[in-house]
Order: sequence, then C-alpha cells, then structure tokens
Amino acid sequence: MTLSPSPGARRSPGPWRTAAGDLLRNRTALAAAAVLLLVVLASLCAPLYADHIAHTDPFQSHVSGTTVVDGKTVPVLTPSSTGLGLGVTPIGPTWDPAHYFLGADNQGRDVLARLLYGGRTSLFIGFTAALLTCVVGTLVGVVAGYAGGVVDAVISRVLDVVWAFPVYLLAICLSVVLLTNGLKLGPVTVDAGSLWLPVTIIAAIYVPYIARPLRGQVLVLRNKEYIQAAVGSGAPTPRILRREVLPNVVPTAIVFVPLMTALAMLTESALSFLSVGVQPPDASWGTIIEDGLGLLYTRPAVTIAPGLLIALTTAALNVLGDGVRDALDPSARLRGGV
Amino acid sequence: MSRNARRGALAAATVALTLTAAACSSSSGSGSSSDPGASSSGSSAFQAQHKGGTLKLVAHAAAGSFDPQVNYTLQYWQLFQSMYDGLLAFKKVGGQESFTVVPDLATAMPKVTNGGKTYTFTLRKGVTFSNGKALTTDDVVASFQRIFKVSSPTAGTFYNGIVGADACLKTPASCTLPQGVIGDAKANTVTINLTAADPEFEYKLAVPHAVVVPKDSPTKDAGTKPLPSTGPYMAASYDPNRALKLVRNPHFKEWSREAEPQGYPDAIDYTFGQTVESEVTAIENGQADWMYDAPPADRLNEIGTKYASRAHVNPLTAFWYATLNVNMAPFNNKLARQAINWAVDRSAVVRLYGGTNLASPACTILPPGFPGHVESCAYTKGGGTTWKAADLAKAKELVKQSGTAGQEVGIVTQDDDVNKSIGQYLQSLLTQLGYKATLKPLSGNIQFTYIQNTKNKVQLALTSWYQDYPAASDFLNVLLSCASYHPGSDSSINISGFCDKGVDAKMQAALKTSQTDKASADKQWGAVDQSVMAQSPVVPLINPKMIDFTSTRVGNYQFSKQFYMLVGQLWVK
Repeated sequence: MTLSPSPGARRSPGPWRTAAGDLLRNRTALAAAAVLLLVVLASLCAPLYADHIAHTDPFQSHVSGTTVVDGKTVPVLTPSSTGLGLGVTPIGPTWDPAHYFLGADNQGRDVLARLLYGGRTSLFIGFTAALLTCVVGTLVGVVAGYAGGVVDAVISRVLDVVWAFPVYLLAICLSVVLLTNGLKLGPVTVDAGSLWLPVTIIAAIYVPYIARPLRGQVLVLRNKEYIQAAVGSGAPTPRILRREVLPNVVPTAIVFVPLMTALAMLTESALSFLSVGVQPPDASWGTIIEDGLGLLYTRPAVTIAPGLLIALTTAALNVLGDGVRDALDPSARLRGGV
Repeated sequence: MSRNARRGALAAATVALTLTAAACSSSSGSGSSSDPGASSSGSSAFQAQHKGGTLKLVAHAAAGSFDPQVNYTLQYWQLFQSMYDGLLAFKKVGGQESFTVVPDLATAMPKVTNGGKTYTFTLRKGVTFSNGKALTTDDVVASFQRIFKVSSPTAGTFYNGIVGADACLKTPASCTLPQGVIGDAKANTVTINLTAADPEFEYKLAVPHAVVVPKDSPTKDAGTKPLPSTGPYMAASYDPNRALKLVRNPHFKEWSREAEPQGYPDAIDYTFGQTVESEVTAIENGQADWMYDAPPADRLNEIGTKYASRAHVNPLTAFWYATLNVNMAPFNNKLARQAINWAVDRSAVVRLYGGTNLASPACTILPPGFPGHVESCAYTKGGGTTWKAADLAKAKELVKQSGTAGQEVGIVTQDDDVNKSIGQYLQSLLTQLGYKATLKPLSGNIQFTYIQNTKNKVQLALTSWYQDYPAASDFLNVLLSCASYHPGSDSSINISGFCDKGVDAKMQAALKTSQTDKASADKQWGAVDQSVMAQSPVVPLINPKMIDFTSTRVGNYQFSKQFYMLVGQLWVK
C-alpha cells in the first residue's frame, strides 16, 4: 500500500497558478492591464521623447522661447494683438511631435513632455505608496489580530483615530507641516522636496484601510482548527504567523495593491493640485492640472490631458484590481464566476 | 478723455504701499482710462441723479486688519479714502492732480514756522464721527499717540521725526508726545513739532496711518472691529472670511469736495473668497461691479477685446522686484547678487505679467517718471540705458567666480497665478545658474510680513512696491536704508537686509538737500539709485500697469495716481 498518488493521477496546479490562469482568461482585466502597460511604457519613454524628439527640457521655463509651426518661427507665449492687446497665450496643440505636440503651459514648457514625466512621478508615488501601505497594513493587521488583548486594543484604537480623520484633510495637514522642514523620524530623514514625502504621507493615511479588514480576517483565522492545532503542538508564534496566517491573508493584501495604487494616485493628484504634493519644478499629473488651471479658458488641453490620463489609469487599475480579486477569491469561482 | 492704459498690479492681496521721506514733486505717466461716464480729473460738482445703489466689489481674500492706523495694503487704503480723514489729504481727483495735498480736517494748509519744524493746524468745526461724537483737538492728539501705541507700520519711518517719538517708539504704551503734538481746544488748533525739518511731512500726514479716530479708540489693533469714521462711509460689518459692508455715515456733511467728496453709492459691499476666474465672470455678468485682484492671465485677452470699454488700464509708479538677502548665503556675495540681475530676463517677466501693454521691464528702483528717476540700466546685455536682454553667460561666470554654485536658494512668492508663475520662472533660472532652487508660494495674507522677518531666513522673495507719495525717498530710503532694517521684526521693510553706510550717507544727504532744493535732491536720489543697484540687493523686474475691470452699470471712473480708483466716486445708478 502506498500513499503516493498513482502515476496517472492529475496534479493540482496550486492556488497561485489557478489564480494566474483565471486572470489570464479575464479579458476585461487583460485589457485594463494592457492600458496600464501602455501608460507605464509611455511614461518610461519620457526622456526619450523630451531629449530626442521634442528636444526640450520640460522642467525649465521657456517664457521667451520660440518654436516652429508650419515652417514659421513663432513665440511659445504669444502676446495678444487685438483690442487693448492684453494678455499672453501659450501656444496650443500643434500635433507635431517635434514641436509642442500638445502645446505649452504658462512657462512655455512642452505639455506632452511634462505629461510623460508627470506619469512617471504619479505612477511611482501611486505604486510605491500602495505597496508600502499594503506591507505595513498587513503587518499591523496580522499582529493586532493574532496577538489580541492589549496589543490589539492599542493598535485598533490608533487605527480608529487615523480612520476618524477625513483622509484628504489628514493628508493636507501632514503635507503642509512636513513640506516646511521635511520628515525626521529617528534614522529616517525625508527632505521637504523629495518624492518620498508624498509617498510616506499617502502610505501612512491609508494603513487603516488595509490593516482593519486584515485584522478581522486574522481574528477569524486564529480560531481555525489548524491554527489551534499548531498552537497546541507547541509551534512558535513567528512560525505560525509565517506558515499558517500570512499565506491566508496575503491574497487579500495583493487584491488591495492595484486598488490602493489607484487611490494613492488620486490622492497624490489632489495634493499636488493643492500645491502640497509634488513640488515644482517636478511634474506630476496633479501639478500639471494645477498649472493648467490658469489657462482653462484659452488652453484647456493643459488641464484636460492629465485629467484624462488620471481617469484612464485609475479606471484601468480598478478594473485590474477587480480581476485580481476575482482570480484570488475561490468563492467567486464557486459562485460560477471566472 | 483719453483711454489709456495701466494695470494694476497686485495679485492677490496685499500690496504694500510706501512710506518714508525725501523730496517730492511730480510724477509722470498718466493714463487715464476711457469709458463712458468716466472722468479722469477734476472735482466736478456732485451729481445727485447718480446717488444711490449698492456698489459690489469682490476680492479673492480680505486684507487683514481694518484698522486704518495699522493696515498697510492697497486693498484697504483705497477704501479708507472714502472713510477716514486726516488733517491733510491727497486731492480726490483723477490724474496728476491727485498728488496734490489739500487741507482735510484742517481748515487750511498748515502754518509752517521754526525753520520748517513746527506745523500749526486749525481744526475744522462741525465734523462728526460716525458714532455721533464731534471731532475735537483731543481726538487729533490721541490719534497721533495711537500711531505709536498700535505700532503702526510707519511709526518708525514716517512719524519718528515728531518730538517725543523716540520715547514712544521705545515704550509705545505710555506714548504721550507732550511736546510733539499739542492740542489747543480753545483756539481749536493742533501744533506738531518736529525734531528736524521734513519736506515730506505733509505727504505723511495725508496717508491713512495719520487719520483721526476717536480719542477713546482701543490702543491696540482694532482688527475686525472697524473704528468710527469721519468720511462719507462707515463700516457696518467686517468678516475677513466673508464680507465687508460699508454704508453711508449719517453724520457726514461734505466740507471739502477736494479732500473728501460725498460718495455716490448708498452702500459698498465687498465680498471675499471667490476665485479670480469667477470674479471676472461675475463682472461680465453684472453680478459684481469691480474686482480688486488682477484678472487671471487666461481672461486678459477676452477682457481686452470683448470688454475693452470696461477695462481701464493705467500705469503705476510702482515696481515688482526680487529681494536678495545680503546677510545670508549665497547672496551675501555681491557677485552672486549681480549674477541674478544679469540673468533675469525682464521681458519674460513682462510676458508672465500679461504682456507689454501691462508692464515694462525695470532696470532701476525708482520707476520711470518718478522724481529722481534716471534712465540707466546696469545689467543689460550690450549696455545702454534701457533693458535689452539678459546675459546668462555673464551671470554663469559670476556665479562661478562667487563660488556659490550648488547652494540651496529658497524663493518665497505669493500664491496667486501671476506671482507664482514669476516664482517658477526664477526657480528655473536659478537652477540654470547652478543653484538648488525651491519655491515656496504663500498666501498673500501672510507672505508680505513673512518675507520681512529675518527669523524666516528668506533668501529670495518676490514682492512689489507701490508709491505712497511722489518722493524718491519713498522707494530708496524706505526700502533700502539701514533705518528700515529691523532684524526679527515683521515690519522690516528693508527685506534684503541691505545696510551700506556709504549709501546711507548719500540718502541722508539727499534728504537734507530736499529741504531746500528739490531739483538737486532728485539728482542725488538718482545717484543713490545707481549706487544701490551697483550693490545689487534687489532685482527690479517690471513696472506694472493696473487694470480696473468694471461692470456695465459703473460710471464716473476716476483714477487717482495716489490711491488708484476712487471707489466712492463710482456711479452704479
């Protein structure tokens, strides 16, 4: 008699492979991933476009600069020549990739080049903040849920306090304070103008959004028979957490990543729009929207273009997040989902 | 009447006007506006058919304290003209005549004796405050004491020449000026004694900090509780977060049309908190009559074409400039300061301000047409007396020589569109020069005081200066003398912290000359301007013009060169 499977028996593909297969069969999620990939690739190509196609520095003002439109040299910022001759208008979209394809902003900077660089910044902050939130949130949730007692009470109350603040208000307050002198927490120092400052702020304010549901999940898990059996057999706590608890909560945390990325990008855009996020001359989609606000009547493209990109990217992230959730959620399959 | 241009300035909020001492004289430029019903000068008779209605003004933000002896912003100084009175006043007319000082609460111009050190005024009878109390010599004496008790921003610069002012500046709470300001109730006279003759003293008596308020006014900043007034309007309510309402002063009877004419609107509603975009739209739609803020860049073309007849553009005796902190690295190095002056493309700043019809490049501290102004330009490519182009190569070379490349420079601007965009340009420029530049836009409510306080360690600030009265000292002595530098104070208008003993001596000499020979003094001031620019503590950027954009129902637009649009003289009926 043997316990080994018979040679002809089919081997289970495992939960991760099953989830990957499910995700690859989800066409909507794949389309969203393709859109996201396109945005990421375009953003990564920002220096290529700025240096070799548009030949412009998107972080430098070109207020007195000129460009070529239809073979003629024209100023990037054109003074009004009608009526009282008041005002100066940046050049609009030329649809010529080499010369201000999407026009210029009020500093005479190439909008498309800034959009691409802005995409790098927004995606970096969004993804990094989301990752940080999920890692910290998972650890906090697991510790609180498994430890219980005083540890749980203290952590939960702290999370409640953070949760109680309107998220944007908290982010704005932290940004305003930290933008003055930067962040110094023990050995950790983040300069006021650093991109890591919005990353840290956004990650911090969303930790309760991950930690609380995961804590609830761990509270249920720790009463499961296999956990109790591990405890009864004398397994050390770190081992139980690592081998029994974490594998059960990590899929949930993974589901949160794309959704939190979208949320973090929106928050970053909002903070940058309010001048308390990414600081000039760095560009993010939020700062470009702010730059375009003063040109809304004459050059709406400066505002609309980053707005569309934010909408497109966050929509793609949300759809992809739904796909990941469906793929990692066995109950969805049982319900006859994917 | 001619149409013509000017624009105004400011952008968000407070713009400080000026103060100090020196010679006076005329100024130039002109520009009155055009438009139906507008008049540019002349104290024409009151036209009763236009009396009434409510004038609706809008601004993005309030301008802080409504105490006339404390507030130092164009935004409220404009309103104070129709509310408060001093012994003297600038003539309330449009055009060049508005620089003329006329008797206001005094029956006539003062009798000046004792070698120009004693001024005797006879107080006008029958003037009543809006609280119903009659004006007395005690009110006048108390008001001069109050200038020091409330630490008026100009106490130490405008009124420090009054006998006893030194003690008042040291211990404001016990200020009495016993020998400095003497009231004689029987003779109804007020005598002011100065420690030295001051040819600009009459100007200084005609600005809002020297207005007369009731003797029982609080001896601290009245803040949001407006003080009773003697003029045609009084404040009915003031909430800096919402609105200010002015109504007619029931006790006002016109005593001098030149000094304090009857106002036309029955009420003036000033609403705060809108965006400048919505302010423009509100005026276009007739929901508001005038906006304090400069119209946003993307609406200028629309205003200049579609609403040209309602846009009043007027040149100002003012300049926008960048201050370079001479006491902090990197600008404690003269070469580094000169590099910035060489590098700044003034035509770029003109563009960012709204174009050549709204501003012109500035090379000197004294604006063109101002007493003492000399056509010269120390920092222009190729040399000459007017600015032609920036010399970035020379600037980079100077930065290299100074050894300051790579240092951090913080730029502090106001957070409105125009200021911020100029700040962004300066940040970009400094980066090109090799500095690590950061931009710190602050609300207009606080930026002006923030950049004055040395504790905030501001290295480079963008600000502007609008004349209080037509005298060169009002720019040079006020902005760049050692006496105007007060480390650690919010009222240190010498923002660069520039204190050069040699230049200071030249200023004192010019002030002395102005007591006897104004023309010679103006020449001396011109030389002072050039001496200062050689040291490069500031970077003159532009001389602005002002746009007053009004609704269709507004008439009788008049632009005083001294205090700008005469609010109380507008018709809305």
